Amino acid sequence: MALSWLPPEFRIDRDEERCIACQVCVRQCANDVHLYDEEEDRVYSEESRCVGCHRCVTLCPTQALTVRRHPLDFRPNANWTPQAITDVFKQAETGGVLLTGMGCDRPYPIYFDHLLLNASQVTNPSIDPLREPMELRTYLGRKPDRVEVVLTAQGVEVKTKLASQLTLETPILFSAMSYGSISYNACRSLARAARECGILYNTGEGGLHRSLYEYGPHTIAQVASGRFGVHPEYLQAAAALEIKIGQGAKPGIGGHLPGEKVSAEVSQTRMIPQGTDALSPAPHHDIYSIEDLRQLIYALKEATNYTKPVSVKIAAVHNVAPIASGMVRAGADIIAIDGLRGGTGAAPTVIRNNVGIPIELAIAAVDERLRAEGIRNQASILAAGSIRNSADVIKAIALGADAVYIGTAALVALGCHLCQKCYTGKCNWGIATQDPYLTKRLNPTIGTRRLTHLIRAWSLEIKEMLGGMGINAIESLQGNRDHLRGVGLNEVELRTLGVKAAGEA
Amino acid sequence: MKRIYVNEEYCIGCRLCEIHCLVQHSRSKKIIKAFKEEIPRALPRVLVEEEGPLSFAMQCRHCAEAPCIEACITEAMHRDDLTGAILCDEERCVGCWMCIMVCPFRAIRRNIEGRKAISKCDLCYGEETPVCVTHCPNEALVYEEREA
Repeated sequence: MALSWLPPEFRIDRDEERCIACQVCVRQCANDVHLYDEEEDRVYSEESRCVGCHRCVTLCPTQALTVRRHPLDFRPNANWTPQAITDVFKQAETGGVLLTGMGCDRPYPIYFDHLLLNASQVTNPSIDPLREPMELRTYLGRKPDRVEVVLTAQGVEVKTKLASQLTLETPILFSAMSYGSISYNACRSLARAARECGILYNTGEGGLHRSLYEYGPHTIAQVASGRFGVHPEYLQAAAALEIKIGQGAKPGIGGHLPGEKVSAEVSQTRMIPQGTDALSPAPHHDIYSIEDLRQLIYALKEATNYTKPVSVKIAAVHNVAPIASGMVRAGADIIAIDGLRGGTGAAPTVIRNNVGIPIELAIAAVDERLRAEGIRNQASILAAGSIRNSADVIKAIALGADAVYIGTAALVALGCHLCQKCYTGKCNWGIATQDPYLTKRLNPTIGTRRLTHLIRAWSLEIKEMLGGMGINAIESLQGNRDHLRGVGLNEVELRTLGVKAAGEA
Repeated sequence: MKRIYVNEEYCIGCRLCEIHCLVQHSRSKKIIKAFKEEIPRALPRVLVEEEGPLSFAMQCRHCAEAPCIEACITEAMHRDDLTGAILCDEERCVGCWMCIMVCPFRAIRRNIEGRKAISKCDLCYGEETPVCVTHCPNEALVYEEREA
């Protein structure tokens, strides 16, 4: 085999004064970076294999390890960056499509970081959430066009029948991440945390493991193009159903779970033979129009006796607003939009980095369009695609979302260090892997606790920010763009986002 | 009594329990010194057993009916009144190693520091929680009271 020209991505500095050759790093690295030499009683590092996941750094009992970006420089070139050069090297070596994991890491503008929130001063009072009630409860689903009441001798009776709704104690859900792409322990942590926090998690296209049926009231069951693990019981078990059309990290293309990740349990849950690749087609082969989508939405509603809201998830693409309008008219009770920076377990790098639009613009465009058409009440909007903190949550809601999906943030809480190597199945943190040596590294008791802490912390911060704005219920902020101002944005961006520039009254 | 239990499902085989046990039973109790300067190096009282993906940390179970106490000819091996831990009185130990022979868990080892005494888990005498438990990164080791 010819020599690879790829330089190592990382450099490992081992402080020999501190290293006690205990070999914790050797045992923890699934990429075989650290090697023990028994003769010398010394640990060496083969850094070309390092992915920068920090597992060894975190577990080293003497803090002897540092992982840095490899300092090797190419001749500076603003056009031919080291990334561009090494990508060509890689493809010239393999002849393959470049793969990656997690969300887009290119420096496109992050509009959340160009939006600022308002606060009350003098003319209106702010609210202290520690002293006064603050409502974060959110209901997702179709709301009636009007509420009809009849006056009876006893008083007022509501005549309008409300469609089924999902109740969230805080406007955050865990995004679709399938069993197969992530480990059972990761799924279990998400399910348990969803129940403890009074929110929901999403099965992704991986079916639902039998042992997780008990979390059904906090589960959104996904129906995607591969139809993996979809059967009547699965649909019945969940609180809501979601038709997945697209994903922000890879709009327009399907999914591919490599056979190595299809273990016995995954095979049973997905209803496919063990060790075979699980291929989700790019389109649903029965959906080529809004009318076809309507058929599937109503097939699912019929199958569950109209007791569960049906969500439709799409990637944020150029025409997201008219597409969303069509989805609502097709009968979707919830529309989930996944932006450019949304995560994935595996996607072609070129797709992830170049297809789609940022979620902030998509939320604003969709909310605006549905309001203009007078159908905004017919569906809730879920925003996804890199919600990193509570400020992103509150800005997404002010832009027009009802609630947000968090995927990457939840995984980071579970230990993900964004090394972007999910597709290799060698996740050292026990998340994106089915390897029994690795999956046990994620103790679901710890995972549940960490996720619950994250949701609690964000909820407290959201309450503080709402209080500052003088608002005591999250639904009063929903689509309330007057509480946002843009900084460093041009006129078209401000217009699309529907916000004024900072300084404008 | 409170004992150390392992949830083997979540033992990741990192052996940090062994490392911190060794440090706790070293002369300096300083990790780098214990490994690099103290010769002979202290012994860990806990050992991680491994087969395939299964691994678990194993230390003295502090048995209710302890064969090592039965077998000890000098009554060096005794139960501590306070913690219930089985300890070895090094002054009394003559180094016959009968305890090593009878221990069904192989939890007792020879002390290589040249003295006659043996080396076994003392539940980190004086510490509120044994160090293997406090340093287990995945909470696979727990220190708790359980029904017999």
